Amino acid sequence: MEHILSLTLENKFGALSRVAGLFSGRGFNIESLSVAPTLDPSVSMMTIVTNGDERIIEQIMKQLNKVIDIIKVVDISECDFVERETALIKVHTRPEDRAEALRIADIFRANVVDSSPTSYTIEVTGDVRKVQAIINLLQPLGIKELVRTGRIAMGREPIRPAQAQSRPLAKAN
Amino acid sequence: MQLTGSEIFVEALKREGVDTIFALPGGVVLKIFDVLHQQKDIRVILTRHEQGAGHMAEGYAKATGKAGVCLITSGPGMTNVITALADAYMDSVPVVAFSGQVPTALIGNDAFQEADNIGLSRPCTKYNFLVKDVKDLAQTIKEAFYIATTGRPGPVLVDIPKDISMEKGEFHYPSSVSIRGYNPTYDGSRWKIKQAADAILKSKRPILYIGGGVLFSEASAEVKELAEMTHIPVDMTLMALGGFPGNHPLSLGMLGMHGTYVANMAMHYSDLVIAVGARFDDRVTGKVSEFCPKAKVIHVDIDPTSIRKNIHVDIPIVGDCKRVLSELNNILRATVNGDQKEQRKPWWDQLNAWKHEHPLAYEQDPKGQIKPQYLIDRLYHLTSDRDPIVSTDVGQHQMWAAQYFKLKNPRTWLTSGGLGTMGFGFPAAMGAQAAFPDRLVLCIAGDGSIQMNTQELATAVVEKLPVKVFVINNRFHGMVRQWQDLFYEGRYASSYLGQTPDFVKLAEAYGAAGVRIADVGQVDDGIREVLSIKGPVFADVPVYQFENCYPMIPAGGANHEMLLGDPPDLKKPKGTHPTGVQADSDTILTA
Ligand SMILES: Cc1ncc(C[n+]2csc(CCOP(=O)(O)OP(=O)(O)O)c2C)c(N)n1
Repeated sequence: MEHILSLTLENKFGALSRVAGLFSGRGFNIESLSVAPTLDPSVSMMTIVTNGDERIIEQIMKQLNKVIDIIKVVDISECDFVERETALIKVHTRPEDRAEALRIADIFRANVVDSSPTSYTIEVTGDVRKVQAIINLLQPLGIKELVRTGRIAMGREPIRPAQAQSRPLAKAN
Repeated sequence: MQLTGSEIFVEALKREGVDTIFALPGGVVLKIFDVLHQQKDIRVILTRHEQGAGHMAEGYAKATGKAGVCLITSGPGMTNVITALADAYMDSVPVVAFSGQVPTALIGNDAFQEADNIGLSRPCTKYNFLVKDVKDLAQTIKEAFYIATTGRPGPVLVDIPKDISMEKGEFHYPSSVSIRGYNPTYDGSRWKIKQAADAILKSKRPILYIGGGVLFSEASAEVKELAEMTHIPVDMTLMALGGFPGNHPLSLGMLGMHGTYVANMAMHYSDLVIAVGARFDDRVTGKVSEFCPKAKVIHVDIDPTSIRKNIHVDIPIVGDCKRVLSELNNILRATVNGDQKEQRKPWWDQLNAWKHEHPLAYEQDPKGQIKPQYLIDRLYHLTSDRDPIVSTDVGQHQMWAAQYFKLKNPRTWLTSGGLGTMGFGFPAAMGAQAAFPDRLVLCIAGDGSIQMNTQELATAVVEKLPVKVFVINNRFHGMVRQWQDLFYEGRYASSYLGQTPDFVKLAEAYGAAGVRIADVGQVDDGIREVLSIKGPVFADVPVYQFENCYPMIPAGGANHEMLLGDPPDLKKPKGTHPTGVQADSDTILTA
């Protein structure tokens, strides 16, 4: 089973290698990993997509929690969540394929971010199925290069009863 | 107060109550050694190899409960200490290691004696730090000791570049630390503890299975109270020996691959396993699918990752063993009714039957060669009134020591369990002796293992660490030979050591005493002679070469499927010559 883990960790030297080392050292699988600092520059958020049965995921969660540089670990896939991934796809285009490439990009609301006489570079953002779908469609044209960011995810805010919702938002500080 | 990094280092160590460090200098740590040289509060024990320094720090830590400290140089100093760090990590020993590093400006340039100390040590430390600014040094040292000694203890490395040790900075030692990603859970869930108490009262065939965690959390008294109050038998792991008195009527001895028959049978047939500070290691569980098939499992451990890693647990309790058990004892004290001894009688009848069916046993021919078990058994009886600290190396002798040395007190047993590091015993004994100069410290070594760290004889002599080493000399990597006997049709591939050194002369060459105990009739006198010598001693004890260690659960076997002696079809050469190396080649040829 696939799980998306969201980690809050110290933004410091060595923290990433600790996480990577834990996965490789214990034979856990990393499907994708993305990391960047948060509003608080001393803290990073990391999204890891991994898979394993319930026992393995329990161990992964516990082992991650044990890493001193990790402040918090949440298995996002246990709740309702949104996920996004961006891909840059450089497609090889023969003159007769160029219209087709643009048409596919359009269907997926993807942007052409670079163009040359023989290629388009297409940027697409969406959940993993959407990204995979456009890749599948572009593949027959000939994909020269493909770079994916890895998935990022966030839990959805729980929907509260109407009157609670209409209350003024607490000031964030 | 403005101090150099080296002065900050020394001041910080003093604030941490460090009285001894094990160290070996080199270019990038000279300034630190220079400052250490000019003070008297911290004793610097110069070792002959960094692995020795690491194991001595471990021995010191295991015997005292305080962090053991070592200081080594960059590059080869660091790579040499790795084995000891890995050992400490596996056995949860609080060690703080300080390594020198090339100057900050040179890091990453393949400078002379540069190694990626942080990268090298990451998988074998609980945490590690590279100090990049002298301002951070004091805080880092505080955090290093805090991390090493709290929660599930373990080794921490602090890497100090040369320039940091020279530069000046303001010295301010923090009085406390808090690390947002590190908050060990000490108090177990009350609700779970209540459940555990209920399960204990309901169970018919309970067994307490205690591990090294009992020692780190100083929970021996609580274990004893629990066992006595409920009349539950106690199994100990290799790491837990001394955590419950080995000669207590409720003790079943060690469990696991070379555990006693009764200890393993009790686990297999119990209906409730109460695991405390143990981690269900594969040397204990044997075949996981057949482990304790009828039992409910309660597991108390401070490290959540130990729980449900290898086996299913019904009542997991994350917390400090001492606190959880005292809470559990409080509940039980109020609820236990009736005579527990009477209620547990059917279980104890069964246990006693197992005990008598297959007690630990060996045969000593009064005129034959010394059996290794006999030597260890006699050593135990002749020293037990002195409450010795006992260290071991790794191999058959280690298992026999675990079986026959019935330790009474915590922190008297130093052995390498998780990593199984040959060469651990001698330096670990020295580390303990440095902490307790007046106590009797014994090392039970194998002739193979001891050769991995004999250079520390020089340290023992110079630093006056009078450890008594008994080399159980079978001219074999005995444990390897045993597996070859059982699983490789007796083909002794690279397990025969051939000419072992003359350990008596070796000791004497270093200025230590050497004694040979070669005759069965001479064993008691020989041991007494060794004990009467003031300084460090190597006692060379040539033993029967082909003795195998039983009971044994073959790797992957279930716990009730023990080999209790050599299989009848095993062809075993009968060594005839009591001392002679000469005899060995003959016996090998006939093997
Ligand atoms: C550093 C290291 N290398 C190899 C081994 C594998 N090993 C386990 S026991 C053993 C033999 C130990 O021989 P010895 O010290 O003579 O003890 P004995 O078994 O004969 O009592 C070996 C080689 C190990 N545990 N540690």
